[in-house]
Amino acid sequence: MDFLNYAFMQRALLAAVLVGITAPAVGIYLVQRRQALMGDGIGHVAMTGVGLGFLLSWSPVWMATAISVLGAVTMELIRWYGRTRGDIALAMLFYGGMAGGVMFINLAPGGSNANLTSYLFGSLSTVSESDVTAICLLAAFVVVVTLGLRRQLFAVSQDEEFARVTGLPVRALNLLTAITAAVTVTVAMRVVGLLLVSALMVVPVAAAQQLSRSFAATFAIAVAIGVTVTIGGTVTSYYQDVPPGATIVLLTIAAFIALSVLAAPLARRRARALAAAQPAGDPAECAIPATRAAGDEVGV
Amino acid sequence: MDASVTGAKAESVSSESVPESVSSDSVPSDSVISLRGVRAELGSRPVLRGIDLTVRRGEVVALLGANGSGKSTAVRTVIGQVPVSAGEVELFGTPQRRFRDWARIGYVPQRTTAAGGVPATVTEIVSSGRLSRTRFGVFRKADREAVRHALDLVGMADRARDNVDALSGGQHQRVLIARALAAEPELLIMDEPMAGVDLASQEVLAQTLKDQVAADTTVLLVLHELGPLEPLIDRAVVLRDGCVQHDGPPPRALGQHALPGHDHVHPHAPAGAEPIRTGLLS
Ligand SMILES: Nc1ncnc2c1ncn2[C@@H]1O[C@H](COP(=O)(O)OP(=O)(O)OP(=O)(O)O)[C@@H](O)[C@H]1O
Ligand SMILES: [Mg+2]
Repeated sequence: MDFLNYAFMQRALLAAVLVGITAPAVGIYLVQRRQALMGDGIGHVAMTGVGLGFLLSWSPVWMATAISVLGAVTMELIRWYGRTRGDIALAMLFYGGMAGGVMFINLAPGGSNANLTSYLFGSLSTVSESDVTAICLLAAFVVVVTLGLRRQLFAVSQDEEFARVTGLPVRALNLLTAITAAVTVTVAMRVVGLLLVSALMVVPVAAAQQLSRSFAATFAIAVAIGVTVTIGGTVTSYYQDVPPGATIVLLTIAAFIALSVLAAPLARRRARALAAAQPAGDPAECAIPATRAAGDEVGV
Repeated sequence: MDASVTGAKAESVSSESVPESVSSDSVPSDSVISLRGVRAELGSRPVLRGIDLTVRRGEVVALLGANGSGKSTAVRTVIGQVPVSAGEVELFGTPQRRFRDWARIGYVPQRTTAAGGVPATVTEIVSSGRLSRTRFGVFRKADREAVRHALDLVGMADRARDNVDALSGGQHQRVLIARALAAEPELLIMDEPMAGVDLASQEVLAQTLKDQVAADTTVLLVLHELGPLEPLIDRAVVLRDGCVQHDGPPPRALGQHALPGHDHVHPHAPAGAEPIRTGLLS
């Protein structure tokens, strides 16, 4: 455990844990409303923020937060109004965001694509003191929203029309989801990178689903997987000198595969336990009547 | 549509709560739902072409009509999910636009296959129907009990912890009904609540509904067959191509055969009687 003696590793681990919590916590609502790739779109848009941060010599993390919140709100507005041409508009937003990022960073004095790379794929060793402060504040916001409003967000993501009829402020909650997703992207940017963020939002949720029957359990298991893989990936990258973002994402996918393989025998065991708990009067197989009853004697 | 088929219940309701002097264009003060001259377009196609529909407190009104006649659209204008291009919609005497008291309404949408992308249990789904009664979504003991009670009412309490994806279509429908009941609403709006529900469960649900009505709940339901609900229904409104074709006592015979367009012989008609010809097809 010698890595704990290094300040940069302490910062990196703290950031990693926060990412492991927040990314699946938001991702579960995106998966529930079948917008699993929204995180990816926001990641692209956030690149413009990073580029602007370099160009204007402001903090790239805060700049990326501002731009990706703007982008996420725009995406939500497009979903409301631009039904027919919505996907085209989204494509322009994503690729415009990416191109903007590359353009701004090359315009910045002394800037080059190399600066961008650490944001694209994550770079734990360069996480600074001020980055950690920003990440803590943003993560706190994400946790408060995703846990505090879990019933409201669940209802809206499950059945939007019904949620409206229960009087929930559906538009506000949709906007809040989008903003929270954008904030999460920037929380995760330094650890797994903008291009891999979405994986950490979606894959732990998919992996958790292999085991769970309820939303609450899916939430808990997804966060547990998220924290495990981010810590595991960070420590691995310290010892093996491999890129942390890629390590974390590959570990997440490995967790998904492992749980998928485990799920079938677990489900069988659960079914057997259930069958054993059944009263004896409820046989596992149909009894075959000796003679077939006439049609009108059978009650339906 | 024939005065002779007026059921006893419908008669008593109309004589009790509707004074003869009320003219058709003034709304009685006890109307829970009131649509006047409502028009609505979906994708630039007129779907409702001037509908009048009033449901008074304590009434059970069935909305009937062929597929595509605009029943769901009419119901969705009531709850503000379809914009109205002309006419007025009022809920509890308040213009729909300004209505905020959503906890008074329980809504069962027409069967949707759209499940969320994440597993959810029966209890979790039904709990979202209770949200309107909570403050900031914090569930208290009474709220959890209301959810359990709603599941009891539809006979799904033993599946409370199961994933909704593991339910049959009819069981799923009963969960959606429980979700609407969880808020203990004064007005139930149900779009084909009995679709896919077996006869035994329909009778259970009919009994549930009867208890609700006895507790002064108002009900508007879209149906294709009256089924076990028939004795509960005070009035039937039949839509055809976005217009109200009939508003009055429910057709006596079961199901669609009772709707205009079909020949039918009343079961109590003397043997050998001529079929009553009401339809275009005869
Ligand atoms: N989203 C939509 N866009 C365009 N037209 C629609 C839309 N939804 C419904 N319609 C049309 O509106 C008409 C009325 O539909 P509605 O769903 O109200 O019928 P319904 O009476 O509820 O039928 P059913 O018995 O099949 O449920 C139909 O002709 C349908 O084609
Ligand atoms: Mg319908």
